[in-house]
Amino acid sequence: MTTPLLEVQDLTIAFPTPGGGSAEVVSELGFALPPGGSLGIVGESGSGKSMTSLAVMGLLPKGARLAGRIRLAGEDIAGLPDRRMRAIRGDRIAMVFQDPLSSLNPYYAVGFQIEEAYRAHRPRATRREARRVAVEAMERVHIPDAARRAGHYPHQFSGGMRQRVMIAIALSTEPDLLIADEPTTALDVTVQAQILALLREIRRDTGTGLVLITHDLAVVSEMVDDVVVMRAGRCVEHAPVARLFSDPQHAYTRALLDAVPRLDDEVGELRTVRAAAPDTPREGER
Amino acid sequence: MARYLLARLSGVVLILVLVCLFTFTVFFVLSPDPAVQICGKNCNPELIERIRGNLGLDEPLFTQFTTFLGGLFAGRAYGTGEGAVECAAPCLGYSFQSSQPVWEMITERLPVTVTVAVGAAVLWLLAGVVGGLVGALRQGTWWDRGAMVIALSGLSIPNYVFALVLQYVLVVELEWLPFPQAVTLADDPALWFQSYLMPWIVLAFAYASVYARLTRANVIDTLEENFVRTARAKGLPRGQVIRRHALRPALTPVATIFGMDFAGLLGGALITEKVFGINGVGKMTADAIGRNDQPVIMGVTLLAAAFVVVGNVVVDLVYTALDPRVRLTVA
Ligand SMILES: Nc1ncnc2c1ncn2[C@@H]1O[C@H](COP(=O)(O)OP(=O)(O)OP(=O)(O)O)[C@@H](O)[C@H]1O
Ligand SMILES: [Mg+2]
Repeated sequence: MTTPLLEVQDLTIAFPTPGGGSAEVVSELGFALPPGGSLGIVGESGSGKSMTSLAVMGLLPKGARLAGRIRLAGEDIAGLPDRRMRAIRGDRIAMVFQDPLSSLNPYYAVGFQIEEAYRAHRPRATRREARRVAVEAMERVHIPDAARRAGHYPHQFSGGMRQRVMIAIALSTEPDLLIADEPTTALDVTVQAQILALLREIRRDTGTGLVLITHDLAVVSEMVDDVVVMRAGRCVEHAPVARLFSDPQHAYTRALLDAVPRLDDEVGELRTVRAAAPDTPREGER
Repeated sequence: MARYLLARLSGVVLILVLVCLFTFTVFFVLSPDPAVQICGKNCNPELIERIRGNLGLDEPLFTQFTTFLGGLFAGRAYGTGEGAVECAAPCLGYSFQSSQPVWEMITERLPVTVTVAVGAAVLWLLAGVVGGLVGALRQGTWWDRGAMVIALSGLSIPNYVFALVLQYVLVVELEWLPFPQAVTLADDPALWFQSYLMPWIVLAFAYASVYARLTRANVIDTLEENFVRTARAKGLPRGQVIRRHALRPALTPVATIFGMDFAGLLGGALITEKVFGINGVGKMTADAIGRNDQPVIMGVTLLAAAFVVVGNVVVDLVYTALDPRVRLTVA
């Protein structure tokens, strides 16, 4: 067996609580991703999906405590000092966040924000070379008129185009692993489909590994090989996507699946997960 | 851009005319008759009438106002015939006290006030921004607490108390500094610096406190922004993340209030200049208030208003340069 690109073992993330105790937001989570593989992490709001991805990036909020192992191509990067983690972040692992407007700095042209990502890991690159890479990355994510648009500011782009810029930032360094945390949640439906198609295309062309985080099972079905279903910080089910849809093992997964609107759903009513998950701990209750 | 500037400048003129109207009302309509004050000890009704005639106080109020405005832009004459006095534009009238043209009095003292303002501004920007930054980046530590306690005292200690204490300690007790003296930079650079140092510190202290608190709050807020997380996710070094992605957004609002504060100071720092005996516009104003020298008070009021209004336009222009989201629009 080849070394997995990303291997997470017994990942536990806890925050100190005012009373002196601590609250686990992720508990004993484990999964692995082969080189070029793809994994979906699905779960309702607050289930610990973002914390998991931030742990991999080494970007957990202040005060968070982390236990377990996170191996990138065999090397344990959990709790690596920030200086060493910096060399990995943005170069070997890149991340796309949920809200592209607030995730881009309004004060700088988008071309500069892409160049910056590239130059952070290519200290000897000239500005011209970085600009060329930035424009190429923008072309790769199908931003029309890329050379001119590179000089524009985030507020001059539509939501979908902004998310393309975010993806261009991530791609500029040709990372081995791309983590996308709800990349389409802030976008409207047609744009969502375009961004997902773009991510598929990029994976096909570059062979980068993908961790796709979403609360929407419908999104993962065409995007990833394996799915981890999370609930209250724990993995409740981990299966290849086809089997998850055809033969869900866990009641919570079935409830999530039921909540996915289907074309054959004549009534068109949206079922919610609430009924099947009566004891989900809410924020601040643990 | 040209259209924008034109619109803004006509706005400025309109506001200044309104300020003129306001000050005119306060000083000529609501105040005691200036003629009585000029008249002095050997006063008689005849003399008062003559003075009133010379100042144009016997004219209808509206005529007085237009004459005043005219004097400002084109100059005017006081009195008629033989004893007429020609007052060149911008005419702000003559001091009741010294009979000097007010405009001349102001321009003579303005360099001193500008020196006080510029020195203080440099100091308070440095102290305020650095203090606020230390507080934000070392949040919750003794550095942070120390900086904020100093800032709080800067806000709560009255200016003149701090000035007097500083003067007593540094000049009288420790003898580290000489009494402030009226020298120019060219004559004696060392003495010049020592003379202005205390006024700079006193003025800067109060402003720096405000700026430190504002900077600290803005930097802390900005560090929470999603785009700062993006910058870190790119693998940028911490210094670059802070300088490029946190400081620029956090300091832009600081730059704009700085413009207003600085413009306000150019009208003179009354208390500080008075306490240290610095012969600037501020001390002149304080003295004029004490003697009810109306033309001087009025002239300074107009000057300060002009600085603030023009400063406002400059701030808006600078803001558009600093924040790409802001467009110049004619409201
Ligand atoms: N700084 C923090 N201190 C304490 N608890 C936190 C902190 N940040 C997040 N949490 C808690 O961690 C839990 C998991 O949060 P996380 O953001 O990973 O959820 P998520 O699955 O990404 O949800 P969503 O779909 O809403 O993005 C939540 O219950 C949240 O309240
Ligand atoms: Mg999340």
